[in-house]
Amino acid sequence: MKNTDLIKLPFSKNNPILVQVLGVCSCLAVTAQLKPAVVMAVSVTVVVALSNLIISLMRGTIPPRIRIIVQLVVVSTLVVLVDQVLKAYMYDVSKQLSVFVGLIITNCIVMGRLEAFAMVQKPWPSLLDGLGNGLGYSVILIVLGFVRELFGSGTLWGYPVMEKLGLYNIGYENNGLMIMPPMALILVGLIIWWHRSRNKDLVEQ
Amino acid sequence: MEYINIFIKSIFVDNMIFAFFLGMCSYLAVSKTVKTSAGLGIAVTFVLLITVPINFLLNRYFLAPGAMAWISPSLADVDLSFLSLIMFIAVIAAIVQMVEMVVEKFSPSLYNSLGIFLPLIAVNCAVMSGSLFMQERGYQNIGEATVFALGSGIGWFLAIVAIAAIREKLRYSHIPPALRGVGITFIITGLMGMAFMSFMGFKL
Repeated sequence: MKNTDLIKLPFSKNNPILVQVLGVCSCLAVTAQLKPAVVMAVSVTVVVALSNLIISLMRGTIPPRIRIIVQLVVVSTLVVLVDQVLKAYMYDVSKQLSVFVGLIITNCIVMGRLEAFAMVQKPWPSLLDGLGNGLGYSVILIVLGFVRELFGSGTLWGYPVMEKLGLYNIGYENNGLMIMPPMALILVGLIIWWHRSRNKDLVEQ
Repeated sequence: MEYINIFIKSIFVDNMIFAFFLGMCSYLAVSKTVKTSAGLGIAVTFVLLITVPINFLLNRYFLAPGAMAWISPSLADVDLSFLSLIMFIAVIAAIVQMVEMVVEKFSPSLYNSLGIFLPLIAVNCAVMSGSLFMQERGYQNIGEATVFALGSGIGWFLAIVAIAAIREKLRYSHIPPALRGVGITFIITGLMGMAFMSFMGFKL
């Protein structure tokens, strides 16, 4: 596979959420607002890319029987680092996200890419693969955060868009269902519908 | 009585999938047939049933604030709770690796059909959050923690078997081609989740 494909494919034909169906739990929990969704997206991208690189460098020395423990130690070290950086420079967001930063350890994308790619590939392609998948995940998270915050609470990044547009005066109401987690599932379902009708070869029989 | 209460509550009211949406990845990807999903459900229940009591003991005797007082009184004000995330995940990973070896040895067909999702039980949010909820809700003794783990596992098992049965029937219905498979499963899970929201606030 070419190196540019490693970055490009996760956006279209091999998106982690839409096609590989990995990392769904966190995309339901943090996307009720745009800001936590963006911070979460960046953190996951950093963790996936770096853990892919480190595991790929170590792949010759990890005994297959205990690989899961080794992978989890690497991932949890990186997650603790990300957590500390967030606490130091973005304290308010880190408070908002607290539990979910820890739960990056159990984000399936990280483990999925380590098992499927980094264990058998060279370091440079692994880094690109991690970066590509992290960005592919970020796109979905940001779209979900945008739609859910705009229609659920009528704001974007905390800025009251709907109020400034004067929509409340002509009878507009926020859709409270958008903030509920089930609605995130239904939105992802709709995005998958759109995505697969654009890429006919992904349609399941 | 308290045990029955925790058991029923963790199956229906606090269902891992429909109330908290935890463990979605393997739930969505492995629920194509009832047989495979029942296998995964049993594996997750089994892992929960072993890891939660072990983590309960770890938390009670090593990690919680002042928990090490039983070793010597000078350790009474040691607080190791910042280590709990890493300790819990290490225990879970070790147990999952053992389960993987056992399944590979005794049931190669189940091993092949579960594929990458068997090692991924280690990062199944349902298993990890089983331990975290146990810590957060402060169960009194190891019996309560075990009953909670069993109930959560059975709740997860029921959810994945239910969606697998629905998906087996769905194969005969006219769904828009692009929505077939994962897409419609997402939407059905969302609808089932809304139904389960009616359990919220139930007090037994």
